[in-house]
Amino acid sequence: MIDNFLLLFDYPVLSADLALNGLLIGAVFVLAAFGMALVWGVLNIINIVQGEFVMLGGFVALMAAEAGLPVLLGIPIAALALFILGWGLYRLVIFRVIDRDLFVSVLATFGLSIVLQQLSNELFGADVRTLEAGLGTLLLFDGAVALAQIKVLAFFLALGLGLLLWLFLKYSRLGQAIRATAQNPRAASILGIDTDRVYAATYALNAALCGAAGALVVMAWAIHPYIGLPYTVRSFLIVIVAGVGNIGAVVAAGLGLGAFENVAGFIFGTEYQIALVFLLMVAVLVWRNLRLQRKRMYLK
Amino acid sequence: MSRSAARYAAIGGAGLLVLAAPFLAPAFVTQFTFLWLMIVFALTWDLMGGQLGYNSFGNILFFGIGAYACAVFQRDSGLGYYEALALGAALGGVLAAAAAAFLGLGILGLRGHYFAIGTLGLGIAAGEIAGGWDYVGAGSGMTVPLFPGALELRSLFFYFTLAALALATFLTLRWLYGTRFGLALNAVRDDEDKAEAMGLYTARLKTAAWSLSAFFLGISGALAGNLIGFIDPRDVAFAGATYGVWMVLMAILGGKGTLWGPVIGAAVFHITQEIFWTYLLGWQRVALGLLIVAIVVFFPQGILGTLREKFPGRFGSKAEVQ
Repeated sequence: MIDNFLLLFDYPVLSADLALNGLLIGAVFVLAAFGMALVWGVLNIINIVQGEFVMLGGFVALMAAEAGLPVLLGIPIAALALFILGWGLYRLVIFRVIDRDLFVSVLATFGLSIVLQQLSNELFGADVRTLEAGLGTLLLFDGAVALAQIKVLAFFLALGLGLLLWLFLKYSRLGQAIRATAQNPRAASILGIDTDRVYAATYALNAALCGAAGALVVMAWAIHPYIGLPYTVRSFLIVIVAGVGNIGAVVAAGLGLGAFENVAGFIFGTEYQIALVFLLMVAVLVWRNLRLQRKRMYLK
Repeated sequence: MSRSAARYAAIGGAGLLVLAAPFLAPAFVTQFTFLWLMIVFALTWDLMGGQLGYNSFGNILFFGIGAYACAVFQRDSGLGYYEALALGAALGGVLAAAAAAFLGLGILGLRGHYFAIGTLGLGIAAGEIAGGWDYVGAGSGMTVPLFPGALELRSLFFYFTLAALALATFLTLRWLYGTRFGLALNAVRDDEDKAEAMGLYTARLKTAAWSLSAFFLGISGALAGNLIGFIDPRDVAFAGATYGVWMVLMAILGGKGTLWGPVIGAAVFHITQEIFWTYLLGWQRVALGLLIVAIVVFFPQGILGTLREKFPGRFGSKAEVQ
């Protein structure tokens, strides 16, 4: 462990390689975190299914490619498929838990996440799957740092989608309706906004974002049916660090988390990488809460 | 027959049934043994989730700590089977309680869904760490020492130890809920800030409750590890997707915040699972997820909660008609 830590200083190029690769995957976390912040802010739900949406997006892109479609077309197809799934889940389950106690929505979405995870396990098998996008490798620093081009593409696509989401929320009619509903659902419905539709659209939009993220994950990294929960926890972690309404902070926190994970995974061993993410989340929660407790407050 | 005599007769009858069950239906001893384990799960979860209002998704952590502590003790102590198991189980319970007290310093300050997600993270992190730690066998898990005796004796031994543990848990909680401590737990659940303003040491209360819950879970982990015979980090010790979820589900199904609710919920859940799930062939976990959603969304009061609402007089409380 210590050896690995010292190695990072002896070979700064290795540090750069780890950190850059981490930053690139961080962009995908940012995308999922945008969705989580959106649902949290508008529906006041902590959506535990988030990671399963990412996982399913990956499987949809995989199936599209296996059906002979161009690989990159898998991204919009995954987003569309997940949009429909998200809408359906809202109409079936989510609308029943919106006004209820937060514990109910956490447990209900947790149940949904088990359903989707086990369904994909039965339908697609438990193997680790990946999709070859057929792009080359980018070499930096005289070939010392190797970045797969698909990862670079995923990075920019993820950030681009994030930008599109921001523009959509800021300027489109539906985006304005979503923001109005987030501010005050009652006032919004008095002013003629169909809040139920807005909730459904928000939830479906979140699923679509995660679906696109998942399609990027399967091309640049790999997926399997049990990959969901870590993505949920990452999005949650990013949102509690950055806050629900702050887009720049979400980007910074997401990229930072990606870099941290990769470097820490190298130091402590990749077998502990997931454990580190979960422990970091617990540590951040406890740390923020302890600071609030000094003022006799707590995380709400 | 007076009321108390009928009560003693019922208790005596139930006691006889518990003692005789493994001899009346010897084919089902393992299922009965697991039923006792499920009752411990549901009761210890409800102490936190139902009585204190802290919905933990990571109580499986203490089960796993108990399982591993006992298995390591059995491996390294060099004592005979029964001595090592007894001391190891005690060690597992104490270590789990200590872990709860230590983690509680930070985690129990969190409220509501933050507590739920924080504990969920702890439970999964523990499974990942155990899966990478060579001292406890890493991903390949640990095997426990062989039981020195016939197979029938082994199943009877675990039936009675787990029955005793479930009974001890039940009686401890029954006594506890009648004391000032139990009332204080409910006060924290109903309004923590007010409870604190009334002079209750809420931090101590919460730590004590979590440690107690962890103590029984730790012992149950030690026994269950030996009952199953093999401790896998993610599928037995820190099995969040099965035992960890069942705990919550059984307590809610029976009725949160009641003494008998978790017991009833555990029995109903376990029996349904044993009867139906063998026919589902690998789709059980999908069914489990659907069951969670259905129960949480449509039946959040649980069996006892619904009954209490319908027949308040039978539960010794006056009806609050709204």
